[in-house]
Amino acid sequence: MRFIRKTSYEQDINLVKHGGHLLWYGLLLALVFSGPLWLDRFLLGEFSLVFIYAIAGLGLMLLVGYTGLVSLGHAAFLAIGAYTHAYLLNLGVPLPGAMLSAALFSALIGGLVGIPALRMTGIYLAVATLAFAVIVEQVLVHWESVTGGFRGMAVPRPQLLGIQLGQPVSFYYLCLGILLVCMLLVMNILRSPTGRSMTAVRDSETSAESMGVHLARTKTLAFALSAAFTGLAGALFAHRLTYLAPDAFTLITSIQLLLMVVVGGLGSLHGVIYGAIFIGLLPQGIALLRDTVPPAISQIPGLEPAVFGLILILFLIYEPLGIYGRWRKIRLFFEEFPLYRKSTYKRQKSFLRTERLH
Amino acid sequence: MEVFQLIISGVSQGCVYGLIALGFVLIYKATEMVNFAQGDIMMLGAYVGITFISIWDWPFWWALPATIGVMALVGVVLERLLLRPMIGEPHFAVLMLTIGLGFVLRAIAGAIWGNEPRALPTPYVGEVLELGSAVIGYENIAIIAGTAVLCLCMWLFFRFSRLGIAMQAASQNQLAAFYVGIPVKRMYSLVWALSAAIAGVAGILTAPVSLVDPLIGFVGIKAFAAAIVGGFGSMPGAIIGGLLIGLVEQFAGLYLPPGFSDMSAYVLLLVMLLVRPQGLFATMQKKKV
Repeated sequence: MRFIRKTSYEQDINLVKHGGHLLWYGLLLALVFSGPLWLDRFLLGEFSLVFIYAIAGLGLMLLVGYTGLVSLGHAAFLAIGAYTHAYLLNLGVPLPGAMLSAALFSALIGGLVGIPALRMTGIYLAVATLAFAVIVEQVLVHWESVTGGFRGMAVPRPQLLGIQLGQPVSFYYLCLGILLVCMLLVMNILRSPTGRSMTAVRDSETSAESMGVHLARTKTLAFALSAAFTGLAGALFAHRLTYLAPDAFTLITSIQLLLMVVVGGLGSLHGVIYGAIFIGLLPQGIALLRDTVPPAISQIPGLEPAVFGLILILFLIYEPLGIYGRWRKIRLFFEEFPLYRKSTYKRQKSFLRTERLH
Repeated sequence: MEVFQLIISGVSQGCVYGLIALGFVLIYKATEMVNFAQGDIMMLGAYVGITFISIWDWPFWWALPATIGVMALVGVVLERLLLRPMIGEPHFAVLMLTIGLGFVLRAIAGAIWGNEPRALPTPYVGEVLELGSAVIGYENIAIIAGTAVLCLCMWLFFRFSRLGIAMQAASQNQLAAFYVGIPVKRMYSLVWALSAAIAGVAGILTAPVSLVDPLIGFVGIKAFAAAIVGGFGSMPGAIIGGLLIGLVEQFAGLYLPPGFSDMSAYVLLLVMLLVRPQGLFATMQKKKV
């Protein structure tokens, strides 16, 4: 077990807690940067998708995991980002400009959605975002002059300064680079007063408010930031899809995004990555599984969402802290061997007393 | 007369929303859990009804109580297996869990009954009642009448029976209810049974109007909007919210461009949340620390 003696505030907020961090994350970076050397084209594509999911997941984690606001409609921001990006590219705007505009426009819409959200908590908010997502989906279908409706919309190939970025290798690096930048941004947001006030809002709104946290500003900002990251992911997702249609951004997509942060582990950035790997590679896993199980099972329609649902249920019942929580438990077990107590992570159950009047 | 016709179809569609919303509200009132799979439980109810009536050839009036019984059992099993371990967990976790449950139920229904839409033959299907120039299908009348009867039963149950009052007590304060000797856990099972049974009735009532396929459970989202418009936690609110959404949808379909009909329920919901977030029949207080 490692104990760090902290002597200054700078040390407390330092992103690198100790030398071990530097070593292991450096190794991880080297591993992902050398990815094209040891991955084939197909897997490179799949990992690009994982990175895209991770960017969207960062946004959602900021909202759900750190601010405690549940959104069932994040596919809408993914869609807004993707469509804005593709629309601007078709107009001839260069790639970075289109990408930034996609993020900013999503942030704007996210902020607007965040405003009514100030008055709601819990399920009300979840349902409001769900309603918002359904409305966005309908707008995508019916606003044909911009979105192409059901016919869809072609996405130009990504290129920057005359360099093609659509190839698997270059697209892999594009996604990886943006993910790393986003990751650093989120880590910095989280250690700043903004991020701290988000966490305070999550833990108790009333306490946060009485400590001087501006609830309205914090929540709106959380929504806008979350939407911005998801919109950015949407822009990359557009290139991955190469052809946009409204059916790529349904309720199921929103739930997949939410599944990602829950399965990864709420309230941790590691969880985002674990969740993204899980969500990105699970369809391949299911496809592999299909070949081995009898056809009576593999032919069930809607098998993939059902497997998603089942995994979600199992995680929520048996490991609500997600993959990252499981990893922490395993690590603690070995660090404290043989003194590990199961009750360290015991969930505190509360008795229900309603806030309803009658 | 066109308006009258619209009102009738709006009310009957609204009753279906209202019934599902009633299931939401019952579970929320009793356990503070949000059951997002309510629409899918209704879908299951419709399929159970179809199994009894068109596959096993039972008479309708036997199949109805049988379906209610089977669905009540399904409710109890779901509660015991999935929701009991979640008591005391945050709302959000339960919400996610029931969303996952919805996906699983859809796949199960697809595996058992197939994905092709199926019709449910009932004794009253296809017959119409002519009132002046308006033509009303008996299946619509059945929905409205069925909802009315069910609401009356619910009201009597919660107002006068010992069990109903015990359920209300358990919903208001778990610990206090437990101290005065109410078996809180059993109450939860019963509430789930009740809510699933109502969903079963809603399924049987709605099946003759719209064909049944594993995806009809998505109606549950609109019903959820209805429950919120009515003020989550209020039973009359659920029905009135359902009627409101049913009517708005019908009129939006007539007077607004295509696409707005599907959206109208959600627009209504968002407007409601903006103007009066606590719903028509508010039951919430400011949350304590």
